[in-house]
Parts: sequence; C-alpha cells; structure tokens
Amino acid sequence: MSTPPTNPATGPAESLDTDRLPAHEDPGPQTVTLAAVPLTRGSLPRHAARLVLLGAVGLGAALFAAGLGATWGAVLAAVAYTVVIYLWSRSVEGTRRAFDRFVTAVVSSAFLVALVPLASVVWTVVDRGLARFDTEFFSYSMRGVVGEGGGVNHAIFGTLIITALAALISVPVGMLTAIYLVEYGRGALARAITFFVDVMTGIPSIVAGLFAYALFELFYGPGVRMGFMGSVALSILMIPIVVRSTEEMLKLVPNELREASYALAVPKWRTIVKVVLPTAIAGIATGVTLAIARVIGETAPLLITVGITTSDNFDPFDGRMATLSVFSFSQYATPGIPREAYFDRAWSAALLLILIVMVLNLGARLISRLFAPKTRG
Amino acid sequence: MAKRIEVKGLDIYYDKFLAVQGVSMTIEPRSVTALIGPSGCGKSTFLRTLNRMHELVPNARVEGKVLMDNEDLYGANVDPVNVRRHIGMVFQRPNPFPTMSIYDNVVAGVRLNSKRMKRADLDALVERSLRSANLWEEVKDRLNRPGSGLSGGQQQRLCIARAIAVQPDVLLMDEPCSALDPISTQAIEDLMLELKEQYTIVIVTHNMQQAARVSDVTGFFNLRAVGEPGGLVEIDETTKIFSTPSNQATEDYISGRFG
Repeated sequence: MSTPPTNPATGPAESLDTDRLPAHEDPGPQTVTLAAVPLTRGSLPRHAARLVLLGAVGLGAALFAAGLGATWGAVLAAVAYTVVIYLWSRSVEGTRRAFDRFVTAVVSSAFLVALVPLASVVWTVVDRGLARFDTEFFSYSMRGVVGEGGGVNHAIFGTLIITALAALISVPVGMLTAIYLVEYGRGALARAITFFVDVMTGIPSIVAGLFAYALFELFYGPGVRMGFMGSVALSILMIPIVVRSTEEMLKLVPNELREASYALAVPKWRTIVKVVLPTAIAGIATGVTLAIARVIGETAPLLITVGITTSDNFDPFDGRMATLSVFSFSQYATPGIPREAYFDRAWSAALLLILIVMVLNLGARLISRLFAPKTRG
Repeated sequence: MAKRIEVKGLDIYYDKFLAVQGVSMTIEPRSVTALIGPSGCGKSTFLRTLNRMHELVPNARVEGKVLMDNEDLYGANVDPVNVRRHIGMVFQRPNPFPTMSIYDNVVAGVRLNSKRMKRADLDALVERSLRSANLWEEVKDRLNRPGSGLSGGQQQRLCIARAIAVQPDVLLMDEPCSALDPISTQAIEDLMLELKEQYTIVIVTHNMQQAARVSDVTGFFNLRAVGEPGGLVEIDETTKIFSTPSNQATEDYISGRFG
C-alpha cells in the first residue's frame, strides 16, 4: 500500500475555485430584485377560510329558503366562497397565496360534485333495499312465488358460481399474459398483444355477451343458455383488467431483485416464480379482486347468455341460472301484482350486490396487507 | 476454489454501440483486483461481462475471450446460468429479497436452485456464511426477521453472505460501499481482505483510497472522448499505480487533475 502522491481532495478544488469565482460575483439584475423582496408578507386571520365558508353556506341556505332550489343554492354558495376568499386573499396575501386558495376551492368543489352521485346512490339503495332485507330474502328462491315474499337464494349462488368460474378462466390467462409482456415480450408480438389488450378494455359488455352466445350457439344450437357461457362472457371483460393490473405490479418489482437472483445462478423462470411473483403478489391479488368486483355486477352479457330462472340451479353447464344483477333487472322490468313487492326485491338485490362488491374491496385491502413484503418483523 | 480469469481482446457492445474496446488483463486468484476510472468509462459494464450479466440487457453482446482457468466463458456450449454459479456478484445498492427473512436470504441461492438440503446443513451454511460476512453476531437472534429491516451496511453484508453461500470461485463487487457510511465501509473492506484468502475478488470503486487500501492490483479505465468507447489504460500492482504510474492519464486521474 502506498499513499497517493497528491491528495485528490485539495488539488482540483483550488483550480476550480479560481476558474469559477468571477461568475459568482457577477451582480446580475436578479440579485437586486431578490434583495428587495421582503421576507414577511401579510396573512389572513387564522379562521378566515372557515368564516368565509360559513358565510357562503349561510348565503346558500338563505337562497334555498327564499325558494331558489337546493342545487342553485349550493352552486351560488360555492361561487361566492371562491370569489370572496380569492379577492380577500389577493388584497392581503398577494397573488400566489390567493391563487392557491382559489385552486383549493375549485378542487374541493369538484370533489364534492363527484361525491354527490355516490352518496345519492348509496342512500337510495339502502333506503329502499332495507324493506326486504330479511331472512326469507336470503333463504328462499322465487320458485312458485307470485306477489309478495320469495328471495334470492338462487341468485346469490348463481352470481357466486358464475363469477368464480369467470375468475378461474381470467386469472391464469391474464397473469400469464402479463408475465409474458413484462418478463419476456419483445418486438412486434408484445406490441400487438399490448394493443389488443387495450382494445379489449374498451369492449362494450353487451358485445362480450353476444360473442359468448354466438360461440356457444355453434356447438349447442340456437336458444342455448348456461351459466358457463356467462362466465366466458365475463372473463372477456375481466382478462384485460387482470392483465393491466398484473403488468403494472410486475413493472414495480425493482430490476435489482431480478439481477440479484440471476447473479445467484437462478434460472429466469425460477426467478420469476420465486422472486418476482412473491414480491408483487399483494398488488396482483388486489388487482384480481378489483377485477372481480368490476364484473360481478354486469347485467347485459348475463341477460343474453344465462337468462333468469325462478328456481335453484347450481349446475353452470346446464340451463338458465339466476344472478343478482339480472334478477334485479327482471323484477323491475317485468313486475307482477302487487308491483311494490317486485320493486322491493329489485332494490334489495341491488343492495346485496353493492354489499358483496364492498366486501370484495375490503378483502382486497386485507389481502394486500397480508401479502405485502414486511420490512420490520 | 479461487480461479484465475484471463481476458483477451474484449469488445463490449450495446446493440451497435461499442461501449468498451480491447480489454486484456489477467486476474490472479486469491487477490483483490480494483477497477477505477471516471463515470461512464465502462468499469461496471466490463465487470458484468465477467459473469455474463451484461447480456441481460436486450441486444447487448461481446466479442473476444474471457477465460476462467483456460475455459472460455463465452464458448459455444457455455450456459450463462452455470457461469454465474462459479462467479458471484455483489451490487452497488444492497438488494436483499424483500419477501424473505434473513435466513432465507442467505440460503436463497441454494434453495432457488432447488437443491435439497437437510435442515441441519442449511443451518450450518447460514451460520458459516454470515460469520464469513461478519454479520452473524449482529443477526443470530433474529434470523427469521425480514432482511429488509436491517441497516444499509448490514444489508450489504447480508448480500455478501448470500453471494458466498453458494461458494463461488470468483466474487465480483460493483461499488459495494458507495451507498454506505464510513463504518460500514470499513467493515466491508476488512471483510474483503479476509475473503481474498479463499476467493478471487474483483471490485469496481470510485473511491481511490479504497482501491489503495484493499487491492493488490489496480486497473485504470478511461474514456478517450465523449462518444468514444472506454478502455483499459493500464493495470499494475496497486503500489505502482498509486506511486509511479506509467501512463500520464492515470497519474492525472489519481492525483485529481482530471478533466
């Protein structure tokens, strides 16, 4: 060992300094303006935003009371808040803070507008669906039921069976496609697959249903109905979602992990199975669950391929089955007497469907938490 | 163990771009060879050709010969996976597998290659590897905790333990200390001096003091100009490179009068 003849830390630093020093001293015009900018600025009182909001809401309420309608009251309140807070802030705090408050107001209003339909749907469905949310509703089918009573036992199982079969088809196909695209795909074939997956994302669900029907008609003749055909239609809608979400998750796996595995002389396929997939599995599971939640409420393709029935039928390869979405639709579209009993069942089936989707979403969060790589033990 | 590597007239390409040109050197067994040089001169690229990691980049290829104990690593029937079984690698950023515990990380190379081993043998392998990496005392009570919960320096030593658990003949290290603090760096430098008793070690580093401290032989890579391929300028005993290098560019670089 020997010490280097010159210390690298000092030698070049000096020469650099002498080269560049004049540039730093140059008194440009910016320096002057910067010096003139004060460090402090005016600011609104602490509760200014809250007070203005209160005033705006009060104004909206007054307009509503004056008979202007809730929508116009809310819109005018939002506009009043935005204008007042912007002008006030601009006169006290300057343009940057004022614009910040303006954008905050606009973004918050947009968020509230987006929330309105959601809240409205939830409220309406819960309000009307609770009327028939009883034990009979869950334990009875519609066999022999005319008028009041009856339930969706057959439709619950129909929905679960058909969706499970759809997932069974879509998950392997979608995951393997995504693995190909991320880990192996190069050139024209990969580009073509990516393109067609994009196209598939946009297929209207009724077209997926018609495709499945046309396919099965070739083998079983016209008028065929079976649960499995519905699963095929749903999987056409589901595959692109699974591919997209899995692809995104696989891309998030750092390349360093793959290289670490290769450097340990692990073959590529084992690297994918043992390193890449376990690292991404939480996200993939979440994506799959959300894809299921997306297709479980589909109505149009199931109406064509599976139809509806009043009795239990748990064999997806033989004849019509009931599903919650189609049940809800048919109860509403072709009511008997009294109509209210049919409408109540339609709402209750819709509520049940929303609850199932919500449980799936919560399940997805649980899965991603359970499978996520742990950093602290 | 510990094999000699001879590189003869190696040209390294990324597709049509010639990145490194005409490298020839001999890397002696049971020694530390350091590769120094400015950023972008092809040190890391060259290192990655030694265990055929370079060709993982699409369209990347090499021309020339790399001989390990007179066997050409780029021969016609050579399986790159088998090459990597003999030549291990440690990366710049510590990269333990996040889904695995400390224990599983160390045996990853064995287990992922689907070798069946008895539990007792695995335990012994884990202890031996972690001891060689000077990490055993720090982690022996928490082998089942996730490897990513360790500090950066510990993670890097875990990666070294993982690399030597498969008992390679050669160990490549690509700037193994550049993400670490001086104390962890010290630990890994001490480790390198111990490991060279058994392994052939090649290290890429930006830290010239580190090269001077740990290496027996130092190679200086340089870029003639922007857009031109990089290449090996000279390689010699570390003491000679840092005192009386035969090339002016080397002297300029190590004395800091560069660029």
